[in-house]
Order: sequence, then structure tokens, then C-alpha cells
Amino acid sequence: MSVFSGHLPASKRVLGFFAVLVAAFAAVAIVGLIVSMFGIFIAGGAQHLSWSFLSEAPRNNNMEGGIFPAIFGTALLVLIMSILGVPIGTATAIYLNEYAKQTSVFARSVRFAVNTLAGVPSIVFGLFGVGFFVQFLGKGLDGMMYGSMEAKVFGQESLLWCSATLAVLTLPVVIVAVEEALRAVPRELREASLALGATKWQTIIKVVLPNSVTGILTGSILAVSRGAGEVAAILFVGVAYSMDGNVGLTEKFMHLGYHLYVLATQSPDVEKALPLQYATTLVLLGLTFLLNFTAIYIRSRLRTKA
Amino acid sequence: MAKETSIKARTQTFSFFYGQKQALFDINIDMHENRVTAFIGPSGCGKSTFLRSINRMNDLIESTKHTGLMEVDGVDVYGSDVDVVTLRRRIGMVFQKSTPFPKSIFENITYGLTLTGKKSKSELEEVVESSLRRAALWEEVKDRLHHSALGLSGGQQQRLCIARAVSVNPEILLMDEPCSALDPISTGKVEELITQLKDQYTIVLVTHNMQQAARVSDYTGFFLMGKLIEFDRTRTIFTSPSKKETEDYITGRFG
Repeated sequence: MSVFSGHLPASKRVLGFFAVLVAAFAAVAIVGLIVSMFGIFIAGGAQHLSWSFLSEAPRNNNMEGGIFPAIFGTALLVLIMSILGVPIGTATAIYLNEYAKQTSVFARSVRFAVNTLAGVPSIVFGLFGVGFFVQFLGKGLDGMMYGSMEAKVFGQESLLWCSATLAVLTLPVVIVAVEEALRAVPRELREASLALGATKWQTIIKVVLPNSVTGILTGSILAVSRGAGEVAAILFVGVAYSMDGNVGLTEKFMHLGYHLYVLATQSPDVEKALPLQYATTLVLLGLTFLLNFTAIYIRSRLRTKA
Repeated sequence: MAKETSIKARTQTFSFFYGQKQALFDINIDMHENRVTAFIGPSGCGKSTFLRSINRMNDLIESTKHTGLMEVDGVDVYGSDVDVVTLRRRIGMVFQKSTPFPKSIFENITYGLTLTGKKSKSELEEVVESSLRRAALWEEVKDRLHHSALGLSGGQQQRLCIARAVSVNPEILLMDEPCSALDPISTGKVEELITQLKDQYTIVLVTHNMQQAARVSDYTGFFLMGKLIEFDRTRTIFTSPSKKETEDYITGRFG
């Protein structure tokens, strides 16, 4: 008999067995949940997915036609959101990671603000969007450019202000991801650049950023996928009940997530709306998953390259 | 031993602190022009800290400070009117780990040059060739200048870094254990290079390898726990050191 043999008391063995059982059950339950969720959506919505559903505008109180304006609106929304949010997030991350003294009060308050921002409920962002962007900024712009606070150009709910609201909401995602990417650039590379007489700024532009571009991209995509599925934050800021295909920057627009909410709560015929809901859900989920997988793919490419 | 050349860099009672912790104690050294000055000593003795103080690389670390004087050409490099970017341009550095940028060989060499504005293509090509020749790398890479520098072997990468460092024509070349990650053949090449390069540059070399210091340097300083125990001509240090600690170290009794 070797020194490693021997028996645990029976009570401990039973306990261990149950622990494994519970863990396995939890794992199976999660997979089961996801599978049944998809099963329901696919079973309920797949037959309704068609080219015309994807390419046409809704008709007859959203009960007929397609959801193209919602797909297009969502895409435009996340595009403008990225254009607004990613540069600001990247700049903040550069400041925090490259310039700020890690112990300085200012850097610590910025970090605290970012973390707090990440924990704010999205409906609060929605209220902020109305209060700050629509009422304050929008009406202010109208007052300056058109001479009247009531000109209703910028001072109304719109795609632009929804994008801006989501940009603020996704800012923490971008900042954290970009900071992570910047930190991954080896110190040796920065030193090599500085030792050649590069300024800090030159080092950031020519060495640090090119080496973290994949990380910045990943962060942006994660932010986009977060933003694409967000409804509460834009509920009051410019989503429309139903529209045809035309979208203006300063006008309301249709959004996949909000469309789902509309279909579920505002339909004249609940039975008829159900397959539409499932199909819309499938499109929204597909979009989000596509973005997430792109981010994961880019990240794994980055890992294997490093 | 060759005759004394003029002093390129010197320190007077130079001390260095990481926060509260003192890393260097009252260092006094003269570094001569066109000579190789080597620093040896066990890990953590302060030799790299000293090297990185010359081109103010330690500025990058938060809450460090120094006292005493560090002069290059009679000017205090920590003086308030000294531009650290210009200083580092005049003092090249080669690191322990080879650090090619993930760019082509050509772009690696021209990196330093393009920092000060656009240069003509012919000018860049000329510098690339002369720098790579000086680093004894030209023959090996001339046909793949536009391939990634990351495809080079470890020894070639380190020589690329040397070529990159000399591309901006520095006056002093700091080398921080440049061979510690290299095989003996590559080490031999780099050492040969060092003896050639001293015709043009003042070289300051930090090394773990005592034989290396004995082979390539003209002056050697022995650091121990942040203090410069002994500094003299290399031959003197290795044949008749005046301090017992030095003798113990070079004869391998400790460290």
C-alpha cells in the first residue's frame, strides 16, 4: 500500500459527490436555458423570417410588412454612437494610462467616475438624454442657430441625441477595453521609442496605438453590441413607433429593441403579433451575437499574434 | 592600454532614489570618450539604474529622485534647461531584451530619423544601409529590408536594435546587458561590434558576464548594493583589484 492511499470518511465523500452533482446540474441548466430560449424564438419566428420581412417597411400598425427601418435605424444608431463615443473613450483611456499619475486625485476621480458610469441603470441615461441632450443642448443649439429655442430642429427627440446618449452609456466599455489594450503594449517598446528621442506623443501615435488597434477595435465592437441591444436609455430620446425607410439625423427613427417593445405592448392583435415579435427577436439576437463573435474573433487573433 | 581620452560623461556624488528606497549611493565616475566603460555586479546592485540615469530613462518611473551631478559634456543632464528628448537623441540605448518594433526592418531603422520630420527616400536608404553595416547586419538582411523585423533571429534582432540606436548618430551608446538573451555565437558578434563601435561612440555597458567586461571594456566599475566599490582600468580590476569585495566577486567567491 502506498502512502497516498487511504480513505476519506464517508460523510466527506458523500458531500463531495453532491457538490459535483450540483455543479453539473447548474452547468446543464444554463446550457438548457440558452437552448430552449433559442428554440422558442426559432420555432416561433423562423417561418416569418423572409426577405420581405427584412427589407420592407412596416404597414398597418406594424402588423404587416417588415422591419427594415428598424434594422437600418439600429445600424445607423450604433454607427453614429461609435463615431461619437470611441474617440472620446480612446482619448480618456490614453490619458488615464499614458499621462495621468496613477496616484493623482484627478486620475482617481476620473476612474471613479468611469466605474460609477458603468453601474448607472440605463433608464437613468434615458432621462439624462432628454434633459441634457434634447432640452439643454438641442434647444440651446436651436436658440443659437435659428434664433428660437422652439425651432424644433435640434431641440427635439432624434437619432442624433439617441446616439449621443448611447455613446455616454457605452463610454465605460470603451475606456476599459482600450485601457486594457494600451496596458498590453510592452514597456520595452515604449522605452525603445523614447530612447531614440521620440516624444511621449510620438511614442503613443507611432508605437502604442498601432500596437493596440485590435484592442481598440474589440472594445468598440463590444460597445456597439451593448448599445445595439439597449432600449431603456433611448426610450424617451427619439425612438419611433413606426416609420417608413427615411431617416434624418435630427428626426425620430425605428429601433429593433424598441420595435420589440412596441409589438409586445401596443399591438391591436396579440396573437398575430407574436410571430413578428419572435422574428424581430431573432434579428436582434443575430445582430448582437454577430458583433460579439467578431469581437471574440479579433481578440483571439490578437492573442495568437502576440 | 591606450592613452587617456577626454571625459565624455561624469558623475559627482550621484545618488538615486525609488521613492524612499535609495538605489545608488554617492557615485563618482568618469566615462571616457571612445572607450568602453563596463559595470559589473550582482543583480539589484544598481548598475542598470545607473545606466538608465544617464539618459534619464528613470524619469518614466513615478516618484524617483536623484541628488548629486550627472554630466555629459560638462552639462548637467538633469538641469532645468535640458530637453530630455534631445538628450536621449544624443545618448542611444540598447536594451537587455531586443525590442524591434513590429514593423519592417527598414522602418525600424528609419524610426528615429523620421521623428524629426520627413526625409528623402535616398537619404533614408543611405542611413539604413550604413546603420546596418555598422551593426554587421547588412549582408544578412539586405534582401529583405521590407520584411517584418520580428522574423529575425534573437541575435539578429539585437543587432537590429544596435543599428537602430546608431541610426540617429548618438554620441554615447548605453548598453544594458545586451547579450544576456543571446547564444554564444551571437554574443561573440555583438562583442566584436562593441569593440568596433567605440571608434565612433562612447560606450557604457552593463553586464552580468564578467568575462565579457574583461574582453571588451577599457574601464570597469564594480557595483555592490548601490555603491560603486571600485572603478579602474579593466586590466587593473581583473588582475589586481584593490578592494577585497571586488576580488571576491571576480574570483567567483560570491554573486
